[in-house]
Amino acid sequence: MNKLIRVFAAVVIASLLLLFAINRLNSAVGFSSGNTLTIYNWGDYIDDDLIDRFEEETGMKVIYETFDSNEAMLTKIQQGGTTYDIAVPSEYMIAKMLEEDLLLPLDHSKLPNFKNIDERFIDLPFDPDNKYSVPYFWGTVGIVFNREMLGDMEITSWNDLWDPAFENEILLIDGAREIIGMGLNSLGYSLNDTNVDHLEEAKAKLDTLTPNIKAIVGDEIKMLIANEEAAIGLVWSGDAADMMWENENLDYVVPSEGSNLWFDNMVIPKTAKNIEGAHQFINFMLDAEVAAQNTEWVSYSTPNKEALQYMPEDMVEDERFYPSPELTEKLEVYENLGKKNLALYNDLFLQFKMHRK
Amino acid sequence: MENKLTRNLYMVPYALWIALFVIAPIILVLYYSFFDIEGNFSLINYQNFFTPVYLKMTLSSFWYAFLITLFSLLVAYPTAYLLTKTKHKQLWLLLIIVPSWINLLLKAYAFLGIFGTYGVTNNFLEAVGIGTQQILFTDFSFIFVSVYIFIPFMILPIFNALNELNPTLIDAANDLGASRWTTFRRVIFPLTLDGVKAGCQVVFIPALSLFMLTRLIAGNRVITLGTAIEQHFLVTQDWGMGSTIAVFLIIIMFLFMTITGTRKRGI
Repeated sequence: MNKLIRVFAAVVIASLLLLFAINRLNSAVGFSSGNTLTIYNWGDYIDDDLIDRFEEETGMKVIYETFDSNEAMLTKIQQGGTTYDIAVPSEYMIAKMLEEDLLLPLDHSKLPNFKNIDERFIDLPFDPDNKYSVPYFWGTVGIVFNREMLGDMEITSWNDLWDPAFENEILLIDGAREIIGMGLNSLGYSLNDTNVDHLEEAKAKLDTLTPNIKAIVGDEIKMLIANEEAAIGLVWSGDAADMMWENENLDYVVPSEGSNLWFDNMVIPKTAKNIEGAHQFINFMLDAEVAAQNTEWVSYSTPNKEALQYMPEDMVEDERFYPSPELTEKLEVYENLGKKNLALYNDLFLQFKMHRK
Repeated sequence: MENKLTRNLYMVPYALWIALFVIAPIILVLYYSFFDIEGNFSLINYQNFFTPVYLKMTLSSFWYAFLITLFSLLVAYPTAYLLTKTKHKQLWLLLIIVPSWINLLLKAYAFLGIFGTYGVTNNFLEAVGIGTQQILFTDFSFIFVSVYIFIPFMILPIFNALNELNPTLIDAANDLGASRWTTFRRVIFPLTLDGVKAGCQVVFIPALSLFMLTRLIAGNRVITLGTAIEQHFLVTQDWGMGSTIAVFLIIIMFLFMTITGTRKRGI
């Protein structure tokens, strides 16, 4: 017993010594809250070299943490234990964070590089006048498919999925807005439609797709499609890029009827301590060359118009990830429909899931 | 007098635990179930529950939970019986319990690989000439994996009941000329019935509200009440409806416990 207590005491003392040492080291280099910048971003979502460059240029120390879902990020920021200076939520989460008063307004006079952003991506309904957010990357919802497994069959639209030849070949992501949205789009309705008749119609149409659906799954869809468990998947373009990286037989298409357009955006949450540094970082990331380098590394679509000239041509001209202006016209951003309509979407989605072959 | 006081003192942690973590949550669930999505007091959730959607979901939850319990029992009883006959009982028992220490999610992911189109099972089926079958995302895979996960919990109480069985009773049955089947039916099974009931409770009740496996292994082809609760709390944020379903689950579980409950009979 005595021995146990001694071991325990040794561990405690060692930890305290280490803690003290770190504290001394930090203050020796001059790190204090004014000199550190805490960034909270998705995993694999920035070129690490750029962080080094930013540290060199500004003399700030960057602490970089990652999250894997908007909800997890929201919870952490609500708790407020860590002083995050920058976060990168998706657009629907921004609406929610604004409702809960978790964001600080941006000072646009400190963001001269904001002019580099394509006008198409400015002043969108989730944040009018970009008061609180600056777009970081964007993408679409579309269809990923395996050329090898489908042979010469082509997929260009949502309605192509109803082809009886695709029996038991389709995987869907488990998201009510995405799936009901597919039904709405295939009928030519808006993704933000709240007309009950239209929604019922979309659900009835989705029911007829059941024979072709193999499963409705979550994040595992990336692994399943890359492993050729099924030939077709309804996914976000970012996930599609990941899958295509894993399996070169895969291809991605934004359906011709239109689809969803999503954004991940840089914001300054209420937890921020280094607001000046946060602005510096956002402006740094908006720099055309920096954005180009970052985009090449992350391989999502950049909203930075000026960056495109510094990027390889085949990347910029890839219509799968930079759809033509005509198609972009048909893409819609999810609006915050309110709890009641969201509940309706979810009820219909639940009923659709229960519909058996 | 002092004895009574210390005894009451010892009761405090237990009473606090029950009040905070059993009674309070149930009251909260009941409380939330009376609010609609706008936060107004109403009975609309209960009205919604008695629509075909949720009734069908309840029935299907019941059906799958029943199948899972049945197959677990069919596998667990003979296993437990054989275990009591082995030489190193405790070692074998340990080997059966060890898999339940591994995270459920990890096991589910492993089955994605095992049952996949290019997985081990299909490679085997291909090799023996049956050809590739769809195993993943079917009722079969869902029930198989659920049974696999619940089996240790079914074996343990049955094993204990069998282990405590007085062997002289079996000798007596043999001496009196009972066949092995009659001995099992008239002596062994009735005396281990309490273990079977306990096992069924431990399996049936969680099986009713399984939700993660329905997505991972059944690809949302199986929808249980658990799926609906998860969706209402996390996606729709309709806590009222989620709570209402939970209230019905609690009622169903309570009924099940009462039916299978062990009544002490005088011997």
